[in-house]
Amino acid sequence: MAYDPISSMKQQQSALQPKSSTSNWRTTFAHTWKQHRLLYLLLLPTLIWLLFLRLYPFYFASLAFVKYNPVQGLDGSEWVGFKNFVDVFKRPEILNIVRNTLLISLGKIFIVELAGFAFALLIHETRSPFYKKFVQTVSAIPHFFSWVIVGTLAMSLLTSKGWVNLTLDSLGMDKVGFLSDKFVFPFTLIFSETWKEFGWSAVIYLAALTQINPELLEAAAVDGAGRGARLWNIIVPTVFPTFIFMVVLGFGGLLDAGFEQVLVLYNPALYSTGDILDTYVYRMGLVNFKFEIATVVGLVKSVVGYIAIMSANWASGKMTNYRMF
Amino acid sequence: MIRDRGFKNFLIDAFIYTVLALILISCLLPFIHELAVSLSSRVDVVANKVGLLPVNLTYDNYGAVGTKDRFIDSIWISLLRVGIAVPLTLFMIVITAYPLSMDRIPMPGRKTFMAVLIFLNMFQVGLIPRFLSYKALGLTDNFAVYIIPLLINTFNVILVANFFRGLPFELVESAMLDGASHFDILFKIMVPLSTPMLATISLFTIVQHWNSWFDGIIFMRNVKLWPMQSYLYSMLTNQQLSGEFAGHRFSGVWPNVSPAGAEAAMVFFAVLPVLILYPLVQRYIISGMTLGAVKE
Repeated sequence: MAYDPISSMKQQQSALQPKSSTSNWRTTFAHTWKQHRLLYLLLLPTLIWLLFLRLYPFYFASLAFVKYNPVQGLDGSEWVGFKNFVDVFKRPEILNIVRNTLLISLGKIFIVELAGFAFALLIHETRSPFYKKFVQTVSAIPHFFSWVIVGTLAMSLLTSKGWVNLTLDSLGMDKVGFLSDKFVFPFTLIFSETWKEFGWSAVIYLAALTQINPELLEAAAVDGAGRGARLWNIIVPTVFPTFIFMVVLGFGGLLDAGFEQVLVLYNPALYSTGDILDTYVYRMGLVNFKFEIATVVGLVKSVVGYIAIMSANWASGKMTNYRMF
Repeated sequence: MIRDRGFKNFLIDAFIYTVLALILISCLLPFIHELAVSLSSRVDVVANKVGLLPVNLTYDNYGAVGTKDRFIDSIWISLLRVGIAVPLTLFMIVITAYPLSMDRIPMPGRKTFMAVLIFLNMFQVGLIPRFLSYKALGLTDNFAVYIIPLLINTFNVILVANFFRGLPFELVESAMLDGASHFDILFKIMVPLSTPMLATISLFTIVQHWNSWFDGIIFMRNVKLWPMQSYLYSMLTNQQLSGEFAGHRFSGVWPNVSPAGAEAAMVFFAVLPVLILYPLVQRYIISGMTLGAVKE
């Protein structure tokens, strides 16, 4: 065989590189295993947990590709390839549900974050430490209540016989179908989410506000900057990256429009504007037992959702230097 | 210290205080209304006469709810769930975070493990595969379904690992020279030094388990093993309340109990733990969250 410098170099490299790197890996591993075995053993319970609770469900995701036979089980079901996916995209309600999910989700991301941002600025401008702390504590608490609780509150206020509507009625105004009018319902979702979460989202902005150098504010005040000027030129620009960070991270959860909230508050009359991907999967799968359709929708949502989370994390790393993981 | 003086600043302050007061009122009003409903007598609740003050004050709703066996049992289930889940979850989080945070000790496979952990926790295959796999694992209709699926939360692991990284490595080194094992270092040095972080995560975990209701509804067929919030959900959506408390009314023990009033009373049982806990650990939360953030 003729001498071929390039392939011989490649051979040499391949003879050297992988061997040395594996032996490196092996010696390091042998060393760590001998001296710090416990570090590996400590990860073992989590590894087992991951295998059973997170990897094993992937096997059942194959439901998306079969015609499910309840008697024979998953292994005895006929493989149909992507037929179920085609069927799902042919369903008339699917586009509607994707649209609802995106609109409700976007509305929540922007309005909750804006409300939290503005609220944090107001608290920051307050001088009484007691009032500051009191307002902050009270407003953050609803974040820690479940949607069953907040849903109960919402229903006792917002149904046609709820206190809000009775008050409107007694003032001579028209009742609002917060939980019955399909055009109002998405706004009820966004509004109630904002009520529950704005105080909590302000916590992040308040943490960012503590990063402002007080000397900078004092210097600006000495130079004649009033409160408005200081707010607009120093305070807002310092906290704005946090706002961007939170909105970008919110995009990671764009397909989660608030499953538990919708499940508590909606009813069949509101499906056309209130049904979202998660509630659809739940109803299709566990109420109507159309396992294949529910699995397909869930799987597509997972893939797109995963890409969204990873891109959001990457983008916020690029834009603001902060990442979640 | 900046001193803003003058009438204009006074007006700005007045404006800010007023807006904050309005926000505060809008936070509290739903609870005040709910409290009024829970303390009002049957006729007035049914006729929707209750606004912000109780009408014909009665404690019958609390009496009926507090002696309702199914409700009290469901509270015990919730407490049991929180009591078992929180220590186990914290244990799993610290033993996972510790090896991942020991960057100074070369550990082949650490990065791969981290990547797998993030991938498998971010990529969840959906409700139906989850349901079927729990069924195959024998978790459905089993109390363990409340605890095991929530044992590891990647974000919490990352927060704690970052916190451990921030602690001085010299502590670990000198302990190792003294012959301490990693187990000792973790539980006698790292964990005690991480109180703010672990308090924050405990609060989140307590609240998460106390508030869970969907897992009860779908994974547990035996309604006697439902946690309190699952019971509340079924009361709220199935309109069963009138039936549930009819017996109390007709037996004459709590004659003034009403469906909406009983529901309101249950809400206050449900929010009580959070109202007690949150102000206590609030100061840890902000420091805990800020300390755990990744900065590149």
